[in-house]
Amino acid sequence: MLKDITLGQFFPGDSILHRTDPRFKVLILLVFIVAVIAAKSAFAFLAVGVLTVTLVAVSHIPVRIVLKNLKALIFILIFTGILNIFFYQGENVVFEWKFITVYREGLIYAAFMVLRLVCLVCGSFVLLTYTTSPLDMTDALESLLSPLKKIKLPVHEFAMMLTIALRFIPTLVEETDKIMSAQKARGADMESGGLLKRAKALIPILIPLFVSSFRRADELAEAMECRCYHGGEGRTRMKVMKCRVSDWVFLIIMLGICVGVFFVNGYGVRV
Amino acid sequence: MSAIEVKNVTVVYGSGTPFEKKALDNVSIDFGSDRVVGIIGHTGSGKSTLAMLLNGLGKPTEGTVLLDGEDIWARPKEISKVRFKVGLVFQYPEYQLFEDSVYKDIAFGPKNMGMEGEALDKAVRDAASFCGLDDETLEKSPFELSGGQRRRTAIAGVAAMSPSVLVLDEPAAGLDPAGREEIIGGLLEMRKRQGSTMLIISHSMEDIAKYSDYIVVLDKGRVHMQGKPEEIFKDAERLFEASLDLPQVTKLFVELCKRALAENTDVYTVEYGIKKLTAMLEARKKS
Repeated sequence: MLKDITLGQFFPGDSILHRTDPRFKVLILLVFIVAVIAAKSAFAFLAVGVLTVTLVAVSHIPVRIVLKNLKALIFILIFTGILNIFFYQGENVVFEWKFITVYREGLIYAAFMVLRLVCLVCGSFVLLTYTTSPLDMTDALESLLSPLKKIKLPVHEFAMMLTIALRFIPTLVEETDKIMSAQKARGADMESGGLLKRAKALIPILIPLFVSSFRRADELAEAMECRCYHGGEGRTRMKVMKCRVSDWVFLIIMLGICVGVFFVNGYGVRV
Repeated sequence: MSAIEVKNVTVVYGSGTPFEKKALDNVSIDFGSDRVVGIIGHTGSGKSTLAMLLNGLGKPTEGTVLLDGEDIWARPKEISKVRFKVGLVFQYPEYQLFEDSVYKDIAFGPKNMGMEGEALDKAVRDAASFCGLDDETLEKSPFELSGGQRRRTAIAGVAAMSPSVLVLDEPAAGLDPAGREEIIGGLLEMRKRQGSTMLIISHSMEDIAKYSDYIVVLDKGRVHMQGKPEEIFKDAERLFEASLDLPQVTKLFVELCKRALAENTDVYTVEYGIKKLTAMLEARKKS
């Protein structure tokens, strides 16, 4: 049951997106997000849509998986759509009934908004979460944020915390499963009763979980100290990130598309 | 006095995915009643999966688990009743403690069964004394106890439900020899008094040989051998096939036999071994 939870969702593979330097992927994603948010006209959305589809195709991630992720967001998408249809004030009335007025601009705006969300979700999933392992991702963040060290921000520590947190999610899930089984074996009933009773039934699971998390944290800290961990200063890496020409090309193409989106914003149907 | 049995049980994990794994493959074992059954096998042989099946925490993909001749999954809604009859102590059970006193923690299981008042108090104190916990410890918080005492508390928590079948998954793992002797000894005494069935899962040949009336050897999800201890240890070759070993004392006698110093190798416990060796030495002295 709990094992079905997927986190991180990294999908191993060997596509262009997998091979791109994770630091560049973060930058490319930022540019992509700017382009998607900046899009205002039909042509701009066409460009952004084609771009998203291309990214999905190039990532070699099964379309089924990407759609499954959208399905999880379906409620938000519908909600956004409906809100925008009914609350957008425009000039051309399409439909009027009592206090409800639907404008043509509202319909268009709603469509754009939903499209924008779909593009954002699909794009960022295939650009980053699906094609970058969590470790690469935190390494990339550390490297990109390293200028902030100048103003004494603990960038390395922050990245390390993130790495450790990600690393321990599966362990924690497994542990929860085990403790749940153990308490069920002692007759704990977690499936029936009202809200209060169910909340109370969680105590025998949460307390051991907390205790063992603290114990684990202690043990990990000790183990790291035993291996002379002393923060990021002078630390070298096993996997050194190297940017290649293709990474730069990718980024420049992306920047070009982004500028292009601003350029075509003036053409086609727009709000 | 409950008899527990598994019939043609197969358990498949993650079926339909690339990670599909057969944890148990057509396993049939009659554990019988009123005896101690040792289950032994190499890591990954399916021991723990088998344990989870017996009290309905796991459901067999195929086959049935019979408690007193009845399929435990015949009425899925009443599976918790099965859990009260078949107690299961997990590996490293000390991590499941959560109450603010040892007494309350041991009482958690019996309370879930609906026990209260004096019956509850008696169940808790009985289980605690069999597991070697004194009255003073009962008032302490489980988090200030030593590892061994925490283990005792957790085992007592299951024993207090006085299940008619008690399944122990590696009860002595990580304990010192005196500690394991005390815990298992106390449980055996309790079992004798209640006439319940006890299943000990372990990969320590010594423990299994010492306590079991019947032994089941699992290998790669199948029953590799099953029978009385003497039958199992007679066939050392087959044990080696399952990457298992003979108890050390038996090995000693195998070597003695090779050198024509002893006649037979049916020695599985150190006590019996000492007896035999002294007898042999006495006989030598005389001749």
